[in-house]
Amino acid sequence: MDALILQILNGLDKGSAYALIALGLTLIFGTLGVVNFAHGALFMIGAFCAVTLNRLFNLSHEVEVPGETDFLGNPLMRDVPYLYDIVGESAGAAIIDWSVPLAILFAIPIMIIVGVIMERGLIKHFYKRPHADQILVTFGLAIVLQEIIKYYYGANPIPTPAPDAFRGSFDFGAMIGFDPNTIIYPYWRLVYFCFSVVIIGAVFAFLQFTTFGMVVRAGMADRETVGLLGIDIDKRFTIMFGLAAAVAGLAGVMYTPINSPNYHMGMDFLVLSFVVVVVGGMGSLPGAVLAGFLLGILESFASMREVINFVPGINQVIIYLVAIIILLTRPRGLMGRKGVMED
Amino acid sequence: MSKTNLTRRGVLRTGAVAGAGLALPTYLSAASHSGFTNAPGDSTVTLGFNVPQTGPYADEGADELRAYELAVEHLNGGGDGGMLPTFSSKALDGTGILGRKVEYVTGDTQTKSDAARASAKSMIEKDGAIMITGGSSSGVAVAVQALCQEAGVIFMAGLTHSNDTTGKDKRANGFRHFFNSYMSGAALAPILADNYGNDRKAYHLTADYNWGYTTEEAVRNSTEALGWETVAAVKTPLTQTDFSSYIAPVLQSGADVLVLNHYGGNMVNSLTNAVQFGLRDKQVNGKNFEIIVPLYSRLMAKGAGANVKGIFGSTNWHWSLQDEGSKAFVKSFGTKYGFPPSQAAHTCYVQTLLYADAVTRAGSFNPCAVVEALEGFEFDGLGNGPTLYRAEDHQCFKDVLVVKGKENPTSEFDLLEIVEVTPRDQVTYDPSIFGGELGTCNPGA
Repeated sequence: MDALILQILNGLDKGSAYALIALGLTLIFGTLGVVNFAHGALFMIGAFCAVTLNRLFNLSHEVEVPGETDFLGNPLMRDVPYLYDIVGESAGAAIIDWSVPLAILFAIPIMIIVGVIMERGLIKHFYKRPHADQILVTFGLAIVLQEIIKYYYGANPIPTPAPDAFRGSFDFGAMIGFDPNTIIYPYWRLVYFCFSVVIIGAVFAFLQFTTFGMVVRAGMADRETVGLLGIDIDKRFTIMFGLAAAVAGLAGVMYTPINSPNYHMGMDFLVLSFVVVVVGGMGSLPGAVLAGFLLGILESFASMREVINFVPGINQVIIYLVAIIILLTRPRGLMGRKGVMED
Repeated sequence: MSKTNLTRRGVLRTGAVAGAGLALPTYLSAASHSGFTNAPGDSTVTLGFNVPQTGPYADEGADELRAYELAVEHLNGGGDGGMLPTFSSKALDGTGILGRKVEYVTGDTQTKSDAARASAKSMIEKDGAIMITGGSSSGVAVAVQALCQEAGVIFMAGLTHSNDTTGKDKRANGFRHFFNSYMSGAALAPILADNYGNDRKAYHLTADYNWGYTTEEAVRNSTEALGWETVAAVKTPLTQTDFSSYIAPVLQSGADVLVLNHYGGNMVNSLTNAVQFGLRDKQVNGKNFEIIVPLYSRLMAKGAGANVKGIFGSTNWHWSLQDEGSKAFVKSFGTKYGFPPSQAAHTCYVQTLLYADAVTRAGSFNPCAVVEALEGFEFDGLGNGPTLYRAEDHQCFKDVLVVKGKENPTSEFDLLEIVEVTPRDQVTYDPSIFGGELGTCNPGA
């Protein structure tokens, strides 16, 4: 029982990332009808916003350390962040420690701008082209973006730790009556799960309770009629693209303490997120969220030693097997709308 | 009065024919009839550096390339000479190799066997490379080594740690200076016994490819010989990025040690996840929970950040070594590039020097002469102490470093501290234990 609870918890944080990326993908597909294979790259750019802010906070000048030498025998120089000079050492250290949460504020405008530029500069030219063209061009864009990141940040993962207050883990098992050390869960993964729930809730509330959201939903249902009413739906959809980019970017920012970011992380999530979208139902926002968490938990279960011993290699294919079964039995996915991707 | 029919055109024509006739034997002996592939001309010789320039090990590949460029500079008499003055063999004099200036071409392995073979083939067939060296993966090394054997050129492996490279997949034309999984296990075991005792339960997470298998096998054999019990060994996909679902069951298994048979990004992520799950803060079976990383590199340690503190592993070489060879190399590399070299850079630099030295001692670029010069070659002064290139499997035998993540690093390079230099005798093994056949050298042509 404790093992099952543990894997559910693991699946929730993995599912959180899938759900956030799939949510953005679905928003873009639902509004613009574009299959955006560069969405994983937006997740990666978000993560590198956190890296960049951390580096900005750590911009330093050198101070000689008396009596010590470097590897060449020259006087040892220690880096002292300019931030220490500006706000004092303890305040500077605290700001650097909290650089990942602070990067949320840094990433939102950057991701919206990146999203809008991407949509206006490239993707709008492919609205009326076949999905295959859209996939090719956005996939190409994703590769270009990741190569740019690799050029400037290198190929190795870059450690970007969580604030001290959220490092380590807590004994969830002991809290609910199991033996100590049976269900251990890291604080930051809990933060990530809560963060994703808040973001998902905010996106749904935005679409449900604002006039802007209402127009967007109307446009998703019948773009032509909304246009005939004199509403500039294209402009709103461009903004939605920016928002979807911001959602992916925030997912990336908060993911950095879980796994050190590298230039390839977007691709690692992209394919699985597409499976999530298809399983959830193309164009269905609740479907994307539901499928994200569901497949995250299933993947987690499939990685259990007992399961792998029983069916070797199942951890590698479980998501695709489930996708096949769901699409055979429910071709529109779990919550897909009639008429979407059926032509 | 006699008349000679000597004309300007006639002289030129006769001269050209005579010149071609005189040059023909040289051409035939140097190229197609030299008896070996890509025999160099009189002025230059071309080496092929096949490293990952793109893909997950691109940073490691970049460091390897820096080392190769430095080695070429030193072989041609440039710079401060690096390890040439400290090398026990004095055959190299900074005038290239056998009087030929050393040139080089590069290829991108992408850390993929097929791409690595394609780039090596191109360097051999199009660029005339007489020796191929490099790589940051055992899969790549084994694949390129086999290609070089077929093509009749020498392969001087870069960073490859699997037992297979000089074990079941060894080839007569291939040589490895880097240590291997067996040596890691043999070097680590006594240190683990001293620090963690003989009554431990180990849980292995192993990268699902040949390097992972041989490393797990080596560490299991060594630790089980100490009295440790292996409670589980789980294969993890090479493409895995989040290891939480593999880490989470570790505590439930009753294990009190986690062995991460991972390298590169896999190691960075699995170690980060293990620390996140608080494994190192736990007490299991009345003991502190411990993590072990059998193969360390400084570039990996940098990626894992503070998570490496206090964790044991092994490495082929470290820039903080204080022997004359290491100091000379670190000074040379550090002055040129501004930071200390990695173990990958060191092994690549050394391999280039060893090849050049073997050619010079043999007096020939013929691969079979080079093989003969390297087999059983004893040398010193290249950073690892007295070293033997064993004839039976073309594996170098030298001291192995056991290192630990440093608790209080003074710089971004100062991440590992050497806790033990395991003597060569302790990591030497019977060449027959891994099977495979060396075969005979192939000069090609």
